[in-house]
Amino acid sequence: MLAAIGVSSVQEIFDRQIPEAVRLRRELDLPQGLPEQQVFAHLSELAARNTSAEDELSFLGAGMYDHYVPALIDMLIERSEFLTPYTPYQPEISQGGLQVMFEYQTAISELTGLPVSNASAYEGPSAVAAAGYLAKLHNGRRRFVISAGLHPHTIETLRTLAHGYGMEVVQVPLTTGPAGGVTDPHAWARAIDADTSAAIFAQPNFYGAVEDAAALSAAAKAAGDGGENGAAGAPVVVAQVDPIALGILESPGACGVDVAVGEGQPLGNRLDFGGPSFGLFAAREEYLRRMPGRIAGETVDVDGRRGFVLTLQTREQHIRREKATSNICTAQALNALAGVVYLAWLGRRGIVELGELLLARTHYARERLARLPGVEKLHEQPVVREFALRLDGDVDMAAVRRRCVRRGVNPGVDVHELSGREEDRGVLLVAITERRSRADIDRLADVLEAAIVAERDPAAARSSLGGTAQLVGEDPVADEAVGV
Amino acid sequence: MSAIDENHLHSDPGIDGHHPHHGLATAAQGEAASPLQRERAKTIFQKGAPGRRAFVCPPSEVPDVDGEQLLPARFRRTSPPRLPELSEPEIVRHYVGISKRNFDLDSGFYPLGSCTMKHNPRLHERVAALPGHARLHPLQDPDRAQGALELMYNLQGALAEISGLPHVSLQPSAGSHGELAGVLLTRAYHEDRGEKRHKVLTPDTAHGTNPATVTMAGLAVVKLETDADGGIDLDDLRAKADGDVACLMLTNPNTLGLFDPNIEEIAAIVHGVGATLYYDGANLNAVMGLSRPGDMGFDIVHFNLHKSFTQPHGGGGPGSGPIAVSERIAPFLPRPLVARLDDGSFTLEHGPAPEGSKSIGRLRGFHGNYGCFVRSYAYICSLGADGLKDASEAAVLNANYLLARLREHGVAEYLPLAYGRLCMHEFVLSGGPMKKELKIKTLDLAKRLLDFGFHPPTVYFPLLVDEALMVEPTETETKETLDSFAEAIAAILAEAAKDPEIARDAPYTTPVRRLDEVAAAKRPVIRQALD
Repeated sequence: MLAAIGVSSVQEIFDRQIPEAVRLRRELDLPQGLPEQQVFAHLSELAARNTSAEDELSFLGAGMYDHYVPALIDMLIERSEFLTPYTPYQPEISQGGLQVMFEYQTAISELTGLPVSNASAYEGPSAVAAAGYLAKLHNGRRRFVISAGLHPHTIETLRTLAHGYGMEVVQVPLTTGPAGGVTDPHAWARAIDADTSAAIFAQPNFYGAVEDAAALSAAAKAAGDGGENGAAGAPVVVAQVDPIALGILESPGACGVDVAVGEGQPLGNRLDFGGPSFGLFAAREEYLRRMPGRIAGETVDVDGRRGFVLTLQTREQHIRREKATSNICTAQALNALAGVVYLAWLGRRGIVELGELLLARTHYARERLARLPGVEKLHEQPVVREFALRLDGDVDMAAVRRRCVRRGVNPGVDVHELSGREEDRGVLLVAITERRSRADIDRLADVLEAAIVAERDPAAARSSLGGTAQLVGEDPVADEAVGV
Repeated sequence: MSAIDENHLHSDPGIDGHHPHHGLATAAQGEAASPLQRERAKTIFQKGAPGRRAFVCPPSEVPDVDGEQLLPARFRRTSPPRLPELSEPEIVRHYVGISKRNFDLDSGFYPLGSCTMKHNPRLHERVAALPGHARLHPLQDPDRAQGALELMYNLQGALAEISGLPHVSLQPSAGSHGELAGVLLTRAYHEDRGEKRHKVLTPDTAHGTNPATVTMAGLAVVKLETDADGGIDLDDLRAKADGDVACLMLTNPNTLGLFDPNIEEIAAIVHGVGATLYYDGANLNAVMGLSRPGDMGFDIVHFNLHKSFTQPHGGGGPGSGPIAVSERIAPFLPRPLVARLDDGSFTLEHGPAPEGSKSIGRLRGFHGNYGCFVRSYAYICSLGADGLKDASEAAVLNANYLLARLREHGVAEYLPLAYGRLCMHEFVLSGGPMKKELKIKTLDLAKRLLDFGFHPPTVYFPLLVDEALMVEPTETETKETLDSFAEAIAAILAEAAKDPEIARDAPYTTPVRRLDEVAAAKRPVIRQALD
């Protein structure tokens, strides 16, 4: 090979091209390579030091959920034909991937009730920021009005990226009191005006509450309509939706939402410590040519056969460069495949049945836990698969959670730790998937109750153990730890 | 050919200039009427029947509660989403069936320039699927996710060493997301110094993501010219580098496959006006262990784990685009970062930035595409310091060998190297003479290559090369594969010399032939019409 090239060594190829001053004349300071079985052993050992949803009874959610992933998804996403191609730049030999995109777009349009879907965005929060960018391109206004019911990561992501493209972000609080827990409709209407580019809320919101999406959409359009001479009419109404709830919740499209975005992980994607998953992104027809990312379209070949291509590419960075509607290139095709296979597996009836199951079990769990001493519901709004509780002010949340996890039950997310908001102190966010049975929920109730009792009165808790010799060190709680 | 070889299309034209035209056209017409083909063209929404299902819902186990109490009717969906209704075997057949209409890296040579289609070891899929990684919740308490945090910490360290830049954030979801992080970092850096710089220099060879990113970050693109040797035109750079410039975004080796010989001077000019130097890591596969962006003077680098570090591309993602930065940029890095404490344990803060933080904030939810980190970390562990260097050396050797073989075949007369004599890990040919002499375009050559069982190189990029063909063989390929690819190109040119129509009408052996992209864009049909 060297002779064909006309050099005497591989080094010569580098020497002739890279200036000496920027050559690395030492070995990288990294360990030497390992045989496959040792790499497997190392990665297995690292995995074993994580407590996964396999190792404990987990009620963690807040954006990603431990739903069951059917076996056929594992099989399909490991097929070389789906796993190893690049983006389908050559449609004649990429019909499989392009058809998957087309089917995925169809499924997302059905779920959201919006006619236009892209082939995937990165994930949930950045999809919200991408929707904001679409709104800015659409109407050129300077402000986003957002509900405080958005996920804290969504708000932070939107602020980061909106700062880049020069937008102001105004946050509307949630209601308090008996009708608390949802976006304050009066503050919402007051905050939105003819300078509002997009009005953004979450459905259900971060605290699990089902929002009145139709009312929020209508109010945003009424409050922000620039009138006949206003820039491009009303603000763009954006909803960050939980796709698994859309079997039972009215679709965003039917509620008057213009752009629906969301985290796709609940649809057949594993937790993976937070990614990769996919972001869904769907909109009304009028936004088609401002959509970010890949879109597959149907066409025919020279012989008249049905086929699929990447379409409307004049929106995209490789054609439009600085005038593109987004910089996105590689997105989440394989995760979107898992999403559409999951929806096909659930099917037309299954997505409703699963939604009803989540409603019933979540309701049961919420009522069961809210009856515990020192625990109350954060709000009374309907919930689908997640709800927020408030622990008594005198109970140390971190200590309660520690006691629970030592008994193999992870009771949910400490919201204050995630959001940093003072009003979120003592708020526990509990997620229920179809993998959590009634017995699991009952166990959570028992363990949480014991933990709260112990924290309120350590002496009583100790005596209640009745000298069963289960004391471990100074810890009065029986050590039933799993995988810790 | 196996991946795209449907049983009714078995004619392999080989590399002997065999003329497949008429027989295959007939086959295609006959096929349009075949029941099997009609079935193949259906989407999953056109299959199945009412009542069929795969999912069996578990019993609720909890007491029945009035539906109105669970969810008032005004919030309820009136008509459920019209998802398909199929049994599991139907779903499996459907997706396995359409999978066979994909060409993939496991089936053949994939020399797509700037995409680094290197082998994806199956070990990586196995370790990523371990429940301790795959079923780990992102909000698990850090003290019970120590394995994951150690993995991320080690990966940060390895990327820092490979890039020569000490501070790493793994958060960006893909290369373009990393670019956005990089430009926002640059902006934050200048703003922190009280400077409003609004221009970003990008060479005309840059990936389209560079200028698109600049706009999204609220800055303005200023284009730089390429000089006669394929590098940045230094005079143009000197003329445009001023106090308004925030950053120069550069790929090195660039998209022509050339290492810019003036990189030290470029860095000096850019730093001289107080701007930062950004490294687009798309082409890092040329220089791992051989030359480091940090040592070249770059302040910010993004990596494409789905290119240099073997995260499988999945037909368009997932990717992962970590960034590494110099000391002066570090305070602005996105949060959260993984850190090691004095006791040897690892931390990660889920919550908001602490008071006084200069971080640009989050770019997405949670901590990045961890599943990709697992695969790329496994890759780095497998190869080690010496192996990474070997990989880059082999990638560069392969590219230069393929270039030499094409010359031997006389291909250079029609497809000359656009710039230079040698190349790094990829090279760009110009199809201009081919178009003039042989009457076939680069697109025709690419489509004809499909009949020979190869994925074509990147075409029509970079934009400054007429009829560009950008070839990146990667270290994965054997000499035999490179030889047969060179022979195929030569055969197609020879064929075109006799009858250019063959290439112009290609491909013939693929599941579909050339598709009407204009019609697709003019009247977009982007979802299945449902009853």
